[in-house]
This record gives sequence, C-alpha cells and structure tokens, in this order.
Amino acid sequence: MEFLSHLFSSGTLSQLLVGLSRTTILFIVSSGLSLILGILRIPNVAHGSLYMVGAFLAYTVIHLFGGGVPAFVAALVIAPLGVAALGFVLERAFFSYLYEREHLMLLLLTFSFTLIIGDLVKIVWGTEYRSVTLPGSLQGSAEILGLPLPYYNLFLLLVGPVIAVFLWLVINRTRMGKIARAAAVDREMVSAVGINVGWVFAFTFVLGCFLAGLGGALIAPMTNISLGMDHSLIIEAFLIVIMGGLGNVWGALLGSLVFGITQSLGILVWPKFGIVFPYLAVVVVLVFRPRGLLSSTW
Amino acid sequence: MKRRSLVATMVVLGILCALPPFLPRFYVYVASIVLLTGLLATSLNLAIGYGGIYQFHHTVFYGVGAYGTALMLTRAGAPAPVAMIVGPLAAAALSLVMGVVCVRLSKLYFGMLQISLGSLVWVTVYRWYSFTGGDDGIHGVPLPDLIASAKGSYYYTLAVTALCLFAMRRIAGSPFGKTLQGIRDNPMRSEAIGVDVKRHKLAALVIAGFFGGVAGSLYVVVDNSAFPDMMFWTYSLEVLIMCLLGGMYTFWGPFVGSSTLVLLRVFVSVYTQYWSLILGTILSLVIIFLPDGLLGFFVRRFRTRGVCGA
Repeated sequence: MEFLSHLFSSGTLSQLLVGLSRTTILFIVSSGLSLILGILRIPNVAHGSLYMVGAFLAYTVIHLFGGGVPAFVAALVIAPLGVAALGFVLERAFFSYLYEREHLMLLLLTFSFTLIIGDLVKIVWGTEYRSVTLPGSLQGSAEILGLPLPYYNLFLLLVGPVIAVFLWLVINRTRMGKIARAAAVDREMVSAVGINVGWVFAFTFVLGCFLAGLGGALIAPMTNISLGMDHSLIIEAFLIVIMGGLGNVWGALLGSLVFGITQSLGILVWPKFGIVFPYLAVVVVLVFRPRGLLSSTW
Repeated sequence: MKRRSLVATMVVLGILCALPPFLPRFYVYVASIVLLTGLLATSLNLAIGYGGIYQFHHTVFYGVGAYGTALMLTRAGAPAPVAMIVGPLAAAALSLVMGVVCVRLSKLYFGMLQISLGSLVWVTVYRWYSFTGGDDGIHGVPLPDLIASAKGSYYYTLAVTALCLFAMRRIAGSPFGKTLQGIRDNPMRSEAIGVDVKRHKLAALVIAGFFGGVAGSLYVVVDNSAFPDMMFWTYSLEVLIMCLLGGMYTFWGPFVGSSTLVLLRVFVSVYTQYWSLILGTILSLVIIFLPDGLLGFFVRRFRTRGVCGA
C-alpha cells in the first residue's frame, strides 16, 4: 500500500508530466521516422544523426542571434529547415536511386551516413558538450492542479498534439498525402497513372527530416548537446515506430506514450533499472501484436 | 577441388602458425583480434547469409560469451576450460530464448525486436555495477600461464578459430545447411515440401549465437577484459558491414571483410581520429557499387561457376 501511495503522490504526477513532455520530442522524431519507413520503406538509421544535427544547428543559431526569445524562435525555424535541406540533398543524391534495394542494404547505407555525419559534426562543432539556456522569459513554472510544471515542458506538451494533427491533415487531407499513401501501397501503379512519384517521395523524405531537425531543436534547451546523442535516440525511435505500427502517425503517438510512461514510472519504481521497462513493453507488445499496436501500411 | 582446398588450408594454417616470432608483440595481438573477429563475422553470416535471418544484433552473443567467461574466471573462480565453455553456452541459451520470441516475426520486425531485446541485455549489463562492473567492464581477468602471454593467446585463438570455422563449414555444407539456404531463397516453398521452417531458423540462430559466444570468450583470452561496448548495437552493425564488405553469400567473405576492416582500422587510426568517416565512405561506396561485396565481386569476375554454397 505504501508503494501505491508513493506511486500516486503529487511528486509522481509532476514527474509523469515532465516525462510526457520529453515523450513529445520522441514522438516528433519517431513520426518522421515512421513516415520514411512506412512510405519510402527506408529503415533510416541516419534519422538520429539528423536529430543531432538539428540540436547543434539550434545551438549555433541561438548563439549567432545572441540569445533571447527571437533567437530561440529563429532556432526553432532555421534548424529544422537546415536539416530538411540536408535531407533533400541526401534524397536526391542517393536514396532516389536506391528505393528498390533490400532493407538490409538500405539499413547499412543509412548507417554509413550515420558514421559520416557523426564525424562531420565532430569536425564542425568539436567534441565538447554544448548547452543552450532558455531565455529568461521562458523560464519559471506554471501551476497545474497545484503542481509546478516548467513553462517549457508545458509548451512541449502542447506542441506534440499540434504536430500530430498537422501530420494527420497532411497525410489524409492533402493531395500530396494521398499520393504518398497510394505510392506506399503500389509505387508502379501510381507512376503508371502519370504522377511523378519521385517528387512525392522527396517531399515525404524532406518532411521526415524536418521533423527530426525539429525534435533536435526542441530538445536543445533540455539536455547536453553532444556527440553520441543520436545513438540512444534512434533505437528508441525505431522501437516506438515498430511498437506503434509502421507508417502510422497515431501509432507513433501511441508508441511514444507507452514508451514515455513506462520509462518515467519505471524509474520511479526502480531507479536503477527503470530504463529497462520501455524495452520490456516493446517485447510484450510485439509478442501479442507482431505488427504493432495500430494498423501499419506494410 | 577437394585436395586443392585441403592444400590451401594447410598452407594458410602453416603461415599463421609461423607468424608470431616475426611480429612485434602488438601485431601478434592484432592478429589474434583479426582471427576472433573473423570468427564473429562468420558466425553472423551463418544466420544472415545462409539463413536469410535479419540478425541485427549479433554482438549481444559475443558480449554474453565474453562476460560469461570473464565472470566465471573472476567471480566464480572456475577453472579456465569450464569458463571457456560456459561463455558460449550462455550465449547459445540466450540465443534460444531470444529466438523463440522473435522467430515468428517477418524480416524487419524480427531485426528490430532483436535489437530491442539485445538493448535490454546491454542496459542490464551496463547498469548492474555490482555484478558486471557497469560501464567500466571487467579488466585483468586471470588466465592460466599457457594462454596468458600474447603468443600463447594467439595460438589458442588460432586453434579455436580454425576448429570453429571447420565446424561451421561442415554445418553450412550439411543437409541442414542446404535446407537453411532453401529457406532463405524461398520460405513458402520450403514449408510446402515439409520443412519445419521455424525450427530450422531457431537452430541456425542458436548455432550462430554459440559461435559468436566462442568469439567473445576468445576476446577475454586475448584482451583480458570484457566491456559493455562489445555488445552495443552500433558494433553489431559494424559486424554486418564486415559481412557485407566481404560478401554475404560466400563462406569466406565475412572473414575477408572483417580482416580488411580490423587491419584498416589499426593502420588508419595511426594517422587520423576520423575512422568513422572513412568507414562510412567505404561502406556507402560498397553498397552503391558492389552489392555482392569484395569477394563476391571478384568471384563473379574471375569464375563463372557457382561457388561457395551460394
């Protein structure tokens, strides 16, 4: 009983909310991965590297603009756009020729990009930790149900659903989204009716990369920006996508929620090994639903 | 053909036996690493090249083999021969458990679930300071005098690697190995002619895990240590790269690929710290231009007959 009361104390709730706001970032990154995996069928390991590049770009932009709210907003716009541009170059130069390759080859090819981007980041930004401080007016906390919640975490909690709805609209309500979904099912048929599938794929890839960069820019004020931040994130993102169902945006949302909640509760219950719980959750889900929680495009 | 390959094997083994007196200590160490990494890559190839199973996280078994051996020697104080066999057996047991959970999933899902389970093992090893030494790993593992020196461990590694490669060659050429290749090329058809696909895959996974574990226990002998980075997922992908570089559909390809990468890394590290950049560039060029790998490329170039059980 003591355990239960501990679990439902107010400290737990605020911990959970902070955990959920980190989950938002996981969701943003993994929804981009899910798009690329579901529609283009590329298991893009380099997605984590793009996230890292996004974080470093945000750092640079904030320092160029000298801090403050405008610099921060500029970073949230410029960093994802920069990453999207990088994604565009990668797609046109490499992936557009390689869509028909085996998954294994694509996985290893994107892993080679991970290695290259990792070292390029080392060359450009060096090996030291970087950190970004929030502008003064964004620091401080709001009271929610009598619990303190930092403004920035509150902001993240709001961004998550906005991105989810935006993606749903793009995929389900725009012409581009409809073509992309059709191409995911039958690429040749779509091009046979006279649609330029190449550009739709490029758009999807760039959108996915944009989301990776946005995730990186959003995490910048919350963590040490460092080399290697891509390695742990990409595994989590892959697990979320697989758990939710490939190519399904809502699946990515549900997956990140399960992942985030099991992680923050797990750490509360068993601080030393709490990090194990989300992995166990993935195993349990895949044992009972081998194709993920929600339907996938595959 | 048979006699020729026997002669070739003898010549290669003879050269490898004669090497240590001519090499400085450090290069004897490097040669041992080359051998055991070759064993690791070949064992992975048994699953991915012959079985077509997306074994994305093979180094978990390598790590568990190493930790099994190292822990038996340090914590349990077991005699060395026992420790050498416990490591690989632990790896095979883990492989069986993970295999039972994963084997019914299709390709990419299989690989991702395996990475997930493997990361679970990695996190446990990484966090469990009191037992596994956490991120420091285990250093200074006590070894019997015979295999404690650089030369002694080299000859031990050479003997075990040769034995394991011989065994794997036999397995790959056996009816079981042929069935496995049949499953790789057409699982539905194999199922239809009465092959128990899942059981064959599971057996392949356990065999691959066991030999991966042997490579891990050899690492303990050569380096006197075991540490969590051995079983981080990026290393698994690096071993996959070794297989790909050499050629997955050949028996010796992964060995060639791993030797190339290990040696290249040793020599390149002298000149630059940007090894990943070089590895990434080589890898992307190989994938784009030589999808069959180096050995596969040359084999196709210079021989017209089908080779190496492909």
